[in-house]
Amino acid sequence: MTPLPVTWGGRSGNAAPRTWSVPTLRRVLRRVLRPVLVACYQQLQQPRWRARALVPGLGILIWMLLASAPASARLTIEITGGVEGAQPIAVVPFGEVEGARPEVAIAEVIAADLARSGRFRPMPRRTMLVTPNRQEDVDFREWELLGMNNLVIGQVAPGAGGGYSIRFTLFDVFSGKTLLTNSVQASERGLRNAAHRIADAIYENLTGEPGVFATRIAYVAASGRGSGARVALRVADADGHHPQTVVDSSEPLMSPAWAPDGQRLAYVSFEGRRSSIFVQDLASGRRERVASYPGMNSAPSFSPDGRKLAMSLSKDGNPEIYVLDLGSRELTRITEHFAIDTEPSWAPDGSHLLFTSDRGGRPQIYRVAATGGPAQRVTFTGDYNAAASYSPNGRQIAMITRVSGAFRVALTDANGGGQRLLSAGSLDESPCFAPNGSMIIYASQSHGRGVLAVAPITGGAGQRLSQDTGEVREPAWSPLLR
Amino acid sequence: MLNPRLRPLPLLLVAALGLGGCPSAPPRQPEPEPVPQPRPGDLRTLGPRTDTDTRPIPITEPVRSPLDDPAGPLYRKVVYFDYDVAEIKPQYTDLLRTHAGYIYQTPGVRVTLEGHTDERGTRAYNLALGERRADAVRRFLVAEGVPVDRLTTLSYGEERPADPGQGEQSWALNRRVELVY
Repeated sequence: MTPLPVTWGGRSGNAAPRTWSVPTLRRVLRRVLRPVLVACYQQLQQPRWRARALVPGLGILIWMLLASAPASARLTIEITGGVEGAQPIAVVPFGEVEGARPEVAIAEVIAADLARSGRFRPMPRRTMLVTPNRQEDVDFREWELLGMNNLVIGQVAPGAGGGYSIRFTLFDVFSGKTLLTNSVQASERGLRNAAHRIADAIYENLTGEPGVFATRIAYVAASGRGSGARVALRVADADGHHPQTVVDSSEPLMSPAWAPDGQRLAYVSFEGRRSSIFVQDLASGRRERVASYPGMNSAPSFSPDGRKLAMSLSKDGNPEIYVLDLGSRELTRITEHFAIDTEPSWAPDGSHLLFTSDRGGRPQIYRVAATGGPAQRVTFTGDYNAAASYSPNGRQIAMITRVSGAFRVALTDANGGGQRLLSAGSLDESPCFAPNGSMIIYASQSHGRGVLAVAPITGGAGQRLSQDTGEVREPAWSPLLR
Repeated sequence: MLNPRLRPLPLLLVAALGLGGCPSAPPRQPEPEPVPQPRPGDLRTLGPRTDTDTRPIPITEPVRSPLDDPAGPLYRKVVYFDYDVAEIKPQYTDLLRTHAGYIYQTPGVRVTLEGHTDERGTRAYNLALGERRADAVRRFLVAEGVPVDRLTTLSYGEERPADPGQGEQSWALNRRVELVY
């Protein structure tokens, strides 16, 4: 129950995982690289070494970088399925006012975001005959002839403190009306995020629901087998960029769950040959072991107010649902049954929990008041329903269901009726709603390898996120980060 | 009575065998110590062996634990389960009784019961299922007289398959409880 300090490298003990934070990494890189650079420089001062030292010196430098930085292979995204019904939109490359040399092509990031949503079909840059940056240069008839519904133009100018000021405008091509115009400030490092926020604003203006491009995804990445197996909990931008390792271990890591503030993650770690639930602050890397009872400690889920954590523990004999008050540390038992009770998930209003139980003989979804009491069965279709969670508006439930031997993502009404399948794999798992409720991310298999898949609720184009090596699984979509 | 000139002969023979040796019959090496099975994630087994003891190794057979004797009844330490159930199959009751007897009779022995499942179904549910399997074995051993405090359960669910393949053959090997002494 004591908070653990931020550490780099192995903690005392054999299987201690490494936790990472950006400030620690920078400190480590500085500590490691400075002596190497100083040594290389001194060597190069001696003429006989000038030529010979360069190659091994660079070699050592690269090796040190590889050895000291956490493996953070990028997630690559492919768009899967057709884009019928997607709206045509042109996102013209943003102009650069003198003095502004942004390293990120803002318009490209915006267009890629809109394309990934499956709701838009951005015009390829190479087919644009003109690329206006100011409203007075726009000829709407031209864009109308090209079949565009909407047009986005913008300019990047030097901003305060070495950063950038990005101004953008969204037009309706038929009426020539300005639908949205705004400016966003960004540092060099914050450029991609600024582009995602612009894409969010455009998406919200045109669809009426908030965009989720400036959100993040937590997931488990696994590589190697047997004694060489490594498991890492990572967080990446929703487009797969900027993967950061939150913790890595030779023991399994499971069940990442976001706090509603988007700043903390709960997860299960098997370090020290036991299962424990940790809550880790992403900015500082500081973490706390909140549950490490005898037996199983699993399936954490934050309450909508962020003050409580539901979980499944077997300390009293068999897996039961408990709610831990993170402030007072009071643990309340919610279910009492000799069957398996696990995978608790909160209703958006915090009043009750969904959970998986095999009390009827096979795993099915039940609901119970967040303070405990009798449970009601929710699902009656099929003989295996598990891992349920509500949509952000509480009107739908996503879950895993078994259909003729295959495990797939299904969507039902809040009362468990009207089941419809959303995925077509055979071993799909861990479904999680995007914070705007428009899509579900889940784990799937592609050519025998674990990948992540995103399916829009309304059907249409999906996405597949994979890592170049190893596999990825157990995705958890962050809340909207404001 | 041995000819006095031949008296050193046995000695010489021993010396010849010991020093020169015969290429087709190298001196017998003592049996190696049984090496513990490397377990994934167990960092103690990853590094080079740090055995720096240079004293001569005694010729006597090393004392082998009955747990490591392939011919012994305690060598098998895994029981397998049917899909999505935690009931111990009748064919494993003798094996578990043998282990119960050994744990009961051997002071200081502690056992971790590691529960596992196949990859089908959700991960958290499988973690709970592996826990129930480990608990079923724990209850069986306790009913056979093993003190509760000698046993620990640890479920890995589907996280550590014994066979990484897909299909019923692999899955059957993965639905298991391992007795880890």
